[in-house]
Amino acid sequence: MNFPILSAITFIPLIGALFISITRGEQKIVLKSSKYVAIFSSLANFFLSIFLWFSFDASTSEFQFIEKRDWIKGFINFHLGIDGISMLFILLTTFIAPICIFSGINSIKFKIKEFLIAILIMETLMLGVFCSLDLVIFYLFFEGGLIPMFLIIGIWGGAKRVYSAFKFFLFTLLGSVLMLIAIISIYWIAGTTDVIELLDLNIPQEYQYLLWLAFFSSFAVKLPMWPFHTWLPDAHVEAPTAGSVILAAILLKMAGYGFMRFSLGLFPVASDYFTPLIFVLSIIAIIYTSLVALMQDDMKKLIAYSSVAHMGFVTIGIFSLTKQGLEGSIIQMLSHGLISAALFLCVGVVYDRMHSRMISSYGGLANTMPKYAFVFMIFTLAALGLPGTSGFVGEFLVLVGAFQINIFVAILASLGVILSAAYMLWLYKRVIFGKMASSDIKEMTDINKTEIYIFASLVFLILFFGIYPEPLFNTIDISVSNLIDNYQTDLNFYLTKANN
Amino acid sequence: MQTIIYILPELFLSIVIMFLLMIGVFIKKSFKLVNLLTVLSLLFAIVLVLNQPDEIVKIFNESYIIDQLSIYMKVLTLLFCFFVLLSSKDYIQNNNIDKIEYPIIILASTLGMLIMISSNDLIIFYLGLELQSLCLYILASFKRNDERSTESGLKYFVLSALASGLLLYGCSFIYGFTGSTNFEIISANLNDANTGAVFGIVFIIVGLAFKVSAVPFHMWTPDVYEGSPTSVTSFFALVPKIAAISVFIRFMYVPFVNVINQWQTIIIFLSIASMILGAVAAIGQSNIKRLMAYSSIGHMGYALAGIATGTNSGIQSTIIYLTIYLVMNLGAFGCIFMMKRENIFYENINDLSGLSKNHPMLALSFLIILFSLAGIPPLAGFFAKFYIFMAVIEMKMYTLAIIGLVTTVVSAFYYLRVIKIIYFDKPKKPFEENYDWGLKISLIISSILILIYFIYPSILVDTISSILIY
Repeated sequence: MNFPILSAITFIPLIGALFISITRGEQKIVLKSSKYVAIFSSLANFFLSIFLWFSFDASTSEFQFIEKRDWIKGFINFHLGIDGISMLFILLTTFIAPICIFSGINSIKFKIKEFLIAILIMETLMLGVFCSLDLVIFYLFFEGGLIPMFLIIGIWGGAKRVYSAFKFFLFTLLGSVLMLIAIISIYWIAGTTDVIELLDLNIPQEYQYLLWLAFFSSFAVKLPMWPFHTWLPDAHVEAPTAGSVILAAILLKMAGYGFMRFSLGLFPVASDYFTPLIFVLSIIAIIYTSLVALMQDDMKKLIAYSSVAHMGFVTIGIFSLTKQGLEGSIIQMLSHGLISAALFLCVGVVYDRMHSRMISSYGGLANTMPKYAFVFMIFTLAALGLPGTSGFVGEFLVLVGAFQINIFVAILASLGVILSAAYMLWLYKRVIFGKMASSDIKEMTDINKTEIYIFASLVFLILFFGIYPEPLFNTIDISVSNLIDNYQTDLNFYLTKANN
Repeated sequence: MQTIIYILPELFLSIVIMFLLMIGVFIKKSFKLVNLLTVLSLLFAIVLVLNQPDEIVKIFNESYIIDQLSIYMKVLTLLFCFFVLLSSKDYIQNNNIDKIEYPIIILASTLGMLIMISSNDLIIFYLGLELQSLCLYILASFKRNDERSTESGLKYFVLSALASGLLLYGCSFIYGFTGSTNFEIISANLNDANTGAVFGIVFIIVGLAFKVSAVPFHMWTPDVYEGSPTSVTSFFALVPKIAAISVFIRFMYVPFVNVINQWQTIIIFLSIASMILGAVAAIGQSNIKRLMAYSSIGHMGYALAGIATGTNSGIQSTIIYLTIYLVMNLGAFGCIFMMKRENIFYENINDLSGLSKNHPMLALSFLIILFSLAGIPPLAGFFAKFYIFMAVIEMKMYTLAIIGLVTTVVSAFYYLRVIKIIYFDKPKKPFEENYDWGLKISLIISSILILIYFIYPSILVDTISSILIY
């Protein structure tokens, strides 16, 4: 098959954005047409990626749909390709993007055209991250996302948006420039930045530790891991709903993906060496940020801190390096992508009506917004990992993986499950049940049609993958086994070399 | 007679200068005509330079060299001189500095730069340098009724004369200890044991560092940038940098190539100091021209980092960096020229407040340019830095690389601050929109080049990869 399907998927949103940016004419018509273009291009992309999933061959661990073109001659190739792991992230991205667009159209009040352009460009950049098989291309997409995200937070954000946008931008940039140094160093050590070639090459052991740390600095900020997470609550709180959704559902996953693809794949010795560090940071993240989440009086902040805790599970799963752990953390990332997106949308719904994110200004919503109360309940239960929702599958597998490696880690991580139940249920109780906090709540309208469609699709997926996660496992199974095999053989290679 | 062909561009420019002076004398109110002829003659000079033979030629007793480097740099000089004149015409006319001397002096300083770029001998080099500098002093104080402009001209003159003195002093050392003013002979006679000549090198580097405004010889830059008329500032920020960097490269890699151990540390220091100061000092600025001054100091720090590597790829990365820097600054000054309301040009950053509301397209190109200046991918500014750090890390100069990249983060802050003012703040009174077509064209060209550079980055690399110094 010669059709460059990955490039198509990556760049369709960008083309949509270009279309929107060149439309001229009467304000109303332009607005309408740009909405249609945005919806059309993102949905078309979603269906294209579904098609990609069907034509994806899950029985091989090789990279598929490879595209390779000269980019900077004799130096960097524009190299795309996917395996099972990236396949699922592409699906997640193309699924979340239309949701953001619908939610944006529904709730953004000014500069809608620019907003749609920013979201579409963001989609292109995020898809590029998951498709690219060259470190420099990866970096380009990874970093490029800063620009639209900065604008999304800064232009359409809340009251403290400037502070949050700056913090987000500078934190991430600082982490990433160190990764850039590492990428360039890899080029001079190994002579290439091509991921496939690098996976076969063995980078000398003495370089691995520093390189690993440089990549870690970037991913740890992006993921975010404790203590590099401080930008996240601010960014989440101030970003518009669609921005928070993109941040939580996809941007954070880039880091998890990076850990899997690059940290494990390229630096096995260093990964092995630094595993205790990751475990300690993850445990702190799970317990500490869960406790912090418990004390929040701002709904968005609470969900943001819970994201940090959930990402702690992901890193434990990845660095447990067991099959269950890795598969669990992939599923955990996907389900967290869906659940956190859903939760932020839920907050967005009430925020659009009341213009307050404070938990104390709500209460008794069950009376006026029964449908809303129902979907919010499903998402709350999914977030705390109730069996039957996708949240359970991921967390359970991660814990199974962790038990095989280190029982203390597993036990401490399990505490996080309890804590998450505590803060999520308490949040639900305070917002939905109880007395009505003010007379305004009586006048609140229940969710409208667009919102129902958005939530219905999310509920469907969360429940579907909670009950029947088989399709996901089928896709990633071989790729994950291959990842672990490679890791083990590489590690043994270095260990025998060290012993000799 | 044979050699005349090789200096055709320089000859042509000298004749044009004299001819234009005549026009100015005999025709009254001839600024528009002279300006037009200047612009056209710059274009024609580019054609002449491009027509020069592809081989390396040394003429006038080997004191004048035409090679790939000089051709590339000359084209760059003439091209950006052309664009600067094109984009600043409106400003010149609105500020009553539309005297015929203005384009002529610019042309004369450009001639000086061409001579500097091609020089292969200390004396020729100094001639070119002085021709260039004298014209720049006049330009800085061109708005002679304005106190700040006069002040900046005087300041520039005093400090630059001092630097030239030091440079000349260094030249005399070099001549005394190597017995020649010719670059190749100097190179052959120089070695680490020749302490006297090494002294000379330090003085020459000080002089050159002044010209590229590298820290700690940068003091004049913010004041001169702020005080001079903006049209002159944009000229200062772009064109003399080309000649200065080009001469820097030639000095380090032709006469001083054998004593790289002696000068490398100095350049690394200059580079690190410029990057740090350029990033930190710009944070508190409220005048956009001052901000651009510090930003250009920082950028020169990155360009020097490429020179400090002592490799061919380092030089090439510096040249790529310089090229992209020029495009970005052309755009940035284009935006500054557009901050006009009722024939008054505004310079305060806060005047940009809410620009995105009133002028979406202008705000968008400013956004692209600022993100590119900050070095965020996938814009051109990122690639400029990328190549520099490729070269730096190749030589395992990790400290330089890490400091350089961390200062990018710091400097990103003040570019973001401008973007914040443009996009997040409340709109003010709109600016006028009757832009001059030349200004529009140069802004559009530069922002589009910055934006689409990532599609085919090889194009610049391929052109520059033919420039080999040694």
